[in-house]
Amino acid sequence: MKRIVYREWRIPPTQFWSLLGALAAVVGMSTLAFGYMEHTGHWVSGMNSSVVWGTPHVFAVFLVIAASGALNIASIGTVFHKPLGRLSGLLAVAMLMGGLLVLVMDLGRPERLIVAMTSYNFSSIFAWNIFLYTGFMVIVIAYLWTMADRQGAPFNYSVGVVAFLWRLALTTGTGSIFGFLVSRQAYDAAVLAPMFVLLSFAYGLAIFMMVLLYSFGEDNRPIGPKILRRLKNLLGVFVAGILYFVLIYHLTNLYGAKNDSFENWLLFNGGIHTFMFWIGWILIGGLLPLGIIYHPELSKERNWIMAACTLVVLGGLAAMYVIIISSQAFPIQMFPSHTIIESSFFDGVNGQPGPYTPTIPEVLLGFGGVAVALIITVVGVRVLQFLPESLSDDVIPIDEETLSEDAFAKPA
Amino acid sequence: MKDDNDAINSERRTFLGVAAGITAAAVAPGVILHTVAAAPRAEPVTSDVRWGLLIDTAKCVDGCSACVDACNHENGLNLQVMPAGESPQKWETQKAVWIRKIKLQDNQTGRVTTLPLMCQHCDDPPCVDVCPTGASFKRADGIVMVDRHLCIGCRYCMMACPYKARSFNHAEMHGQLTSVPRGKGCVESCNLCVHRRDFEQESTACVDACAAEGHHAIVFGDLKNPNSEISQLLNAMPSRQIREDLVLNTGVRYSGV
Repeated sequence: MKRIVYREWRIPPTQFWSLLGALAAVVGMSTLAFGYMEHTGHWVSGMNSSVVWGTPHVFAVFLVIAASGALNIASIGTVFHKPLGRLSGLLAVAMLMGGLLVLVMDLGRPERLIVAMTSYNFSSIFAWNIFLYTGFMVIVIAYLWTMADRQGAPFNYSVGVVAFLWRLALTTGTGSIFGFLVSRQAYDAAVLAPMFVLLSFAYGLAIFMMVLLYSFGEDNRPIGPKILRRLKNLLGVFVAGILYFVLIYHLTNLYGAKNDSFENWLLFNGGIHTFMFWIGWILIGGLLPLGIIYHPELSKERNWIMAACTLVVLGGLAAMYVIIISSQAFPIQMFPSHTIIESSFFDGVNGQPGPYTPTIPEVLLGFGGVAVALIITVVGVRVLQFLPESLSDDVIPIDEETLSEDAFAKPA
Repeated sequence: MKDDNDAINSERRTFLGVAAGITAAAVAPGVILHTVAAAPRAEPVTSDVRWGLLIDTAKCVDGCSACVDACNHENGLNLQVMPAGESPQKWETQKAVWIRKIKLQDNQTGRVTTLPLMCQHCDDPPCVDVCPTGASFKRADGIVMVDRHLCIGCRYCMMACPYKARSFNHAEMHGQLTSVPRGKGCVESCNLCVHRRDFEQESTACVDACAAEGHHAIVFGDLKNPNSEISQLLNAMPSRQIREDLVLNTGVRYSGV
């Protein structure tokens, strides 16, 4: 196995600065949107008393789980060789930053963030997540150090194991934010926690592959067909895994009569929610990418793999829409076997779902989080040695990978 | 030899005595009055009582909104102003509501029931469990409410509430009441007129309004006191909790649903 050389991303300065400028513009717009929403109050958003978490949370939760998923590439370095580990760590930190920023910017009182850091209620999974998120950041930065610095190399394996376990805890924690809610029918399911782990595997890998393919393509660095095949096959497994969890989740719900109305609504009569589930989550985020990934010809084309990754990401956002927004829109069933025929508070009169129409400031807030994550990534790979010079199959012969301790002892 | 300094200066003694007397006379009533006035508020709330409501849906009248209006007036919710540029339709979904009237029909029998719905003051409140900062809390006397100094506006409690009883303040506040401070960006809900508890008043705005209409559909009282009206009524008539399956042991009970 040849020595792996890492180099800064050497795209032309004009391209780098225009890329950065475009991203900064998005962040700027998003900052304005944040200021507007905080100054006037949340009434300028589409969020309301029925759908209390909206588009910002779709983006935030997506970024947070994708962050832990991106780190997987580093964790399973034995499969892909460690050259991918550094980028994986960088992406993980970047996306977590982006996602958390969106969450904080959406708070009713963001200036009280200090309260969230000084006053804890440990029966809240949210409070635990504050530690899981900040801890993740610290551990991944340490992990990057063990990968990039000779002095850190001896700790690579142990820090890597901690990082892997921590990311599992983190995604379980994020899934549990919803899974522990007994009040709403769509939540209150322990399967949400492992499902979130699977979602994170897929979304993190898809984004990782997109960034890898784009950055390597722009800098004319080679990626070998073997490593690409392994990456896309793994993505296929993850996407199929998501479909499996979705199936289990709905089969479980369908078995109990009490959930008939919810399932009937989401799967058939939910309008935008049904559309988001079938077309967004299942078709765009599941079946289409699987079709590409396992197509005998298309799966060999780099552009098609890129397309499959993009579909997984789009489907992921649709999945977040269904998990976060649709689940709230379905009215809480307070009176079983009764129909609410009048209410002054949108209690699901005649089964009507909670109203929600996203507004521009909310969407901009979400885009801002993505842009922040990308800025951190772009600047990171530009100024530091995150990207290997080559991932061609002769430089990185996958099959020569060893599982011995020695492999970890060397700096990645 | 006698030292002049040893002689007792009786004039100075008298002056000091009078001054002390006047000071005491001026300050003491203030101190005593202050102590008396502060008594109910200064004493910590105890768990010797548990405040709750009993709602007799048979007495709740369709079309009457006296409880809702009274709550809005008592807690300053009627001072909410729709922000300029907001659509009235959307504002309806965003404005704060602490108590609402619901009309429901039995799918099988067609029987129609109306009832007021508000925070159910659970013994095991899910909103308290999920609140990351501890802003959502339960007082020793069973009242579930929000500490507005700790609330960061994350709305997780609203996600967790099985009764959709909480509201988020979506807009700037104007002309608040001193007894019920409210703030943009914080979550709030029915607190059983907690300011009245602190002044040892024996009811809530909704209860008073319902009684004034002559309906007497809502009864307020101490669930722990076997002699209280609410306990005796609960003893005499069948009642239930909404979403009993969650076993939250709510402080608000309903009869006739």
